[in-house]
Amino acid sequence: MGDGEDDPVSDQTAAVELSAITKRFGSVVAVDNVDLEIADGEFFALLGPSGCGKTTTLRMIAGLEFPTEGSLKIFGNEAGTLPPNKRPVNTVFQDYALFPHMTVEANVAFGLKMQRVSKDEIAGRVLEAISLVRLEGLEQRRSQQLSGGQRQRVALARALVNRPKVLLLDEPLGALDLKLRQEMQGELKALQREVGITFVFVTHDQEEALTMADRIGVMNEGELLQVGTPAEIYEHPVNRFVANFIGQTNLLDASVVSNDTVCLANGVHIPGHSDLPVGTRVAVCLRPERAGMHPPDEVPADHQSVVGRLEGVTYLGNALVYTVVLDWVRLEVRRENQPGGYRPYAGEEVAVSWTLDAVSVVRA
Amino acid sequence: MTVVADRPERIEEAAVATPEFEKAAERAASRRGFLLSLPAYAYLVLFFAVPLGIVMIYSFATRNRFGGTDLSGWNLDAYRKLGEPIVRDILFRSLWLAVLTTLICLVVAYPFAYFIATRTPLVRNLMLVFVMIPFWTNFLVRNYAWRVLLGNDGLFTNISEALGLGERELLFTTSAVVIGLVYGFLPFMVLPLYASIERIDLSLVEASRDLYASGFQTFRRVLLPLSMPGVIAGSILVFVPSLGAYVTPEILGGAKTTLLGSYIVTQFLTARNWPVGASLSFVLMTVMLVATLVYFRTGGRNL
Repeated sequence: MGDGEDDPVSDQTAAVELSAITKRFGSVVAVDNVDLEIADGEFFALLGPSGCGKTTTLRMIAGLEFPTEGSLKIFGNEAGTLPPNKRPVNTVFQDYALFPHMTVEANVAFGLKMQRVSKDEIAGRVLEAISLVRLEGLEQRRSQQLSGGQRQRVALARALVNRPKVLLLDEPLGALDLKLRQEMQGELKALQREVGITFVFVTHDQEEALTMADRIGVMNEGELLQVGTPAEIYEHPVNRFVANFIGQTNLLDASVVSNDTVCLANGVHIPGHSDLPVGTRVAVCLRPERAGMHPPDEVPADHQSVVGRLEGVTYLGNALVYTVVLDWVRLEVRRENQPGGYRPYAGEEVAVSWTLDAVSVVRA
Repeated sequence: MTVVADRPERIEEAAVATPEFEKAAERAASRRGFLLSLPAYAYLVLFFAVPLGIVMIYSFATRNRFGGTDLSGWNLDAYRKLGEPIVRDILFRSLWLAVLTTLICLVVAYPFAYFIATRTPLVRNLMLVFVMIPFWTNFLVRNYAWRVLLGNDGLFTNISEALGLGERELLFTTSAVVIGLVYGFLPFMVLPLYASIERIDLSLVEASRDLYASGFQTFRRVLLPLSMPGVIAGSILVFVPSLGAYVTPEILGGAKTTLLGSYIVTQFLTARNWPVGASLSFVLMTVMLVATLVYFRTGGRNL
């Protein structure tokens, strides 16, 4: 988990610091002993399948749930049991939760009004927030009269107008259609740079997390499995779950045979990839786009390979995905669609190859 | 294939849908609606409008010397009598008690309705059944039960004695009437409140708390405005029957606390002054009608 990269975090007070946080609902453990530091100004994504505890974690930071055990600090101040209105944190809710009985303007002004900010200042800051999310001209509309994208912007403005120290976003793009979602990804990222606030957002969409976040925390079944930059997580997943959840991947069963060498199920040895004890069952993670494909007798000297039968080809336009079947595993190989090159046919014997720096070893 | 073939026809149909066509369709739909609601209309005319008309006619009639009513010599005497101090006092007392009952019901029922609305579906249904259980027993019997509870050697007296508050006789006082009315009409407040709170997205409450509102501010700025239709509906459902209540004040109230309902009954049965009874009934009816109209004009349409 890239220790070196975490250094900037320890330099200053973390925006959010969770220490051994556990949340139980009756006998169900929603969040299990999570330690996490989120740095000031960071764009942090909590990623995981539904029910993994990511939303519960976010709600604990917001103050909408209180941790059963552990300590939660926001900018160094213990905040575990502070009610939500006493925290310098605002939330963009999953379905935006705009007040249906108020106009856009009143929605945005709500937080400032509750903080008893003077009328003049409210007017100025509301105007500023509305123009920040480009909603000028819609001030007097009600939320029912807005499109999904516009509602999302109102929710953002309503939170940002309070100048929170941390902005929490719960699946903020989940309700939008694909095209709008991609557009908003870029906008959110730009907005975060502009306002310089720490963003913590929850998503089940790995692509969204990879595109937007500075760092990602991957969760499953209440546990925080890995924290790192998108590149660290994609290239050095800590276990099978993370490898599978982030992007497409081939996982080849293997076991550790010596200090730093693992052995695939078919006997191929891969050196220099493990510090786990001998005998540990592991998986070798080979990304489809990192795998090579050659005729069985033309594999380059510096590549390792396995030979199988080509089952089929999926045509994606910009790329081709080849499915190669071995008797113990099924592999996918992705090749850019370029003229020329090796184009085997279904049924042919092919070699799937890799260089040592293209694979990583994960715990099974 | 059929789907593809369908398409062009649909487009043609849409092109034919000129304003005249749409108007004709609308007329046909409203005709159907009228026919379907005919039984309800007939019922309303027969059992509501006609009796009301009769009451109105009697309110302008004259009481004769033998306690009967002459349907002649039309006048406004019965209405003039409503201005007399005795009647006016009864009117104001009834209004005040109805308002008080409504307010108490509102204050008691709101937290309860909110509690029910925020439970899991199973608990929710169970609690709604509890709210409705009293309806399974006759209203009159339940009122007599209160007579026992509030009476000389009843539960309340015993408790107040045990607490050293002295012997407090509640029965046959105004307080007893209010207790009885609140008890009787509370479900009519709980149910509409529950219905309107249940529809509110509870993430709005969380959003409000997240935006620095305290619990009370959240109630005042978010919950209350959004549950207003339920507040108004419940208030009307409690206020209207409280204003004309007869059974509860008769059983739990004393002679000093005559209310409208009892007074009207007295006019018809004891004083044999049908015009005055009729005019009071008619005024009461008008007040309630106006209240209901106000509801549909304001709260009923919003949300």
